Amino acid sequence: MKRHPGLVAAHYSMLCVLAFLCVAPIVVIFATSLRQQVDIFDSPLNFIFMPTLENYRAVLQDDKLDRYLGNSLFVGLVSTVITLVLGCMAAYGLARFRFKGRTTIAYTTLLLRTVPLAVMAVPVFLIWSEWKLVNSLWGLVLLYVAVNLPFTIWLLYGFVLQVPVELEEAAAIDGCGPLRVFTKVLLPLMAPGLAAASIFTFRIAWNEFILALVLTDRQTRTLPVAASLFITDIGVDWGKVMAMGSLIAIPPLIFTFVAARQIITGLTAGAVKG
Amino acid sequence: MLYLGPAVLVMAAACLYPVVVAFQLAGYDWALGTPWDSARWVGAQNFVSAFTNPRMWSSLLTTLLFAAVCVSAEMVLGIALALALEHPVRGMAFFRTLFILPMMIAPIAVGLAWRYMFDAQFGLINAVLKAVGLSPQTWLADPTLAFIAIVVADIWQWTPFVFIMMIAALAGIDGSVIEAARIDGARWWQQTMRVKLPMVMHVIAITLMMRLIDAFRVLEVVYVLTFGGPGDSTEILSLHIYKTAFIGQQLGVAAAVSVLLLVVVAALSWGALRLSNPMKGEPP
Repeated sequence: MKRHPGLVAAHYSMLCVLAFLCVAPIVVIFATSLRQQVDIFDSPLNFIFMPTLENYRAVLQDDKLDRYLGNSLFVGLVSTVITLVLGCMAAYGLARFRFKGRTTIAYTTLLLRTVPLAVMAVPVFLIWSEWKLVNSLWGLVLLYVAVNLPFTIWLLYGFVLQVPVELEEAAAIDGCGPLRVFTKVLLPLMAPGLAAASIFTFRIAWNEFILALVLTDRQTRTLPVAASLFITDIGVDWGKVMAMGSLIAIPPLIFTFVAARQIITGLTAGAVKG
Repeated sequence: MLYLGPAVLVMAAACLYPVVVAFQLAGYDWALGTPWDSARWVGAQNFVSAFTNPRMWSSLLTTLLFAAVCVSAEMVLGIALALALEHPVRGMAFFRTLFILPMMIAPIAVGLAWRYMFDAQFGLINAVLKAVGLSPQTWLADPTLAFIAIVVADIWQWTPFVFIMMIAALAGIDGSVIEAARIDGARWWQQTMRVKLPMVMHVIAITLMMRLIDAFRVLEVVYVLTFGGPGDSTEILSLHIYKTAFIGQQLGVAAAVSVLLLVVVAALSWGALRLSNPMKGEPP
């Protein structure tokens, strides 16, 4: 059915307006980070200014942000790898085997997905102190693996279920050991799920703020914590803060443009079929 | 189980155990910075002080109002936009990519962006108000306006989520059903209200539950945007917990409020689970 050209035009203009609303605040972050201090005091509607990387230089050199950038990258990448390995194994176990306690584990995992991080802040602070994990990057990694596993397991569970058992059995008959069945048959078929799971895990570990604030010190701070400390009652150095905001925003932006389809799969998993 | 062992161990130690400890801590008087050994068992004392604190009640009220306003606005906007724009057009994949940006970016960065835009002196919003001849507002210094600010930021961040869920759900409807309704003489409004929306009611319900759960978990955007202020006008429950624990230094009382928040979210999660269970239809 052909649609009236006017209707199509209206459709696209509406999409453009919505896209503008979604993108504008993000553009503001980047634009402000490229402004000089004097230009920030100028009207924000004045879009013509001399861009400068001065703010980035200042935060990276004067404020030791390179260290926090390193911390964030370490925590993000290590948590993601560990979460994926453990999550894959658990999803496979849940999907393929029936054993005592399976339902209990399954339901507990499902409920853990939604625990508010603010609720965990106080007990985690106590437990991590006892375990001597406060102010250590590994302490953060452990926490992020734990809070990301429930979502990862359930996302991958759906993908394992879609792989017919017969395929695995056929590979086993052809002489593949369990490990090769897993890596050669299952993993390639689960690739979209793995992509979605790794993006979501990295995103949480990279973006998370409140627990990182409680659990880190000068040496182990992550980027969001460092950025928050720049907001003081006396005033905000917007150029610098937005330079940090941009650094924080860049990896998720890249992921979104590279793998939007996988992200949408992850968002709608469980609720919408197909 | 060999396959589940490591994952279960990590989740039990670093996710379930803290939740259990939250319940335990709620019974102790423990000040920040003192060793755990000096904590005293006080029974229900923390709950009493938490629940007789008017600030806790105003915080609970703020949270409920915040969740109600944000989630209903997001649902109505998201569903309406999805219905208006469900027709597949070329380039939709690109637009969808732009639409998920607000929820992918760090909440801290989102808070920064909106704090800057709402800034009374340099903010974009006041500049636009001035340009069209309206008087600028001191957004983050006025209790009502500050509340509007955190609501606007949340709606900006999460309406696209509802939109994308609904677009996916509407795309899944069998076209012949709509066609049949059309041939039977159903107009657009009737097709929408009587056929399409009932067919995606399941997805609407799940989306609503997911949004409600997340609305009660919000913390970071508000932390950056207003830090609960001015006064305690935007101090949502999760921020109240943080402040009680790490500024008021009353860890036990904070744990007691945590238990309250946990119960609310757990009840919602249980509801969500009833609606959408990934193990549905499996033999036990």
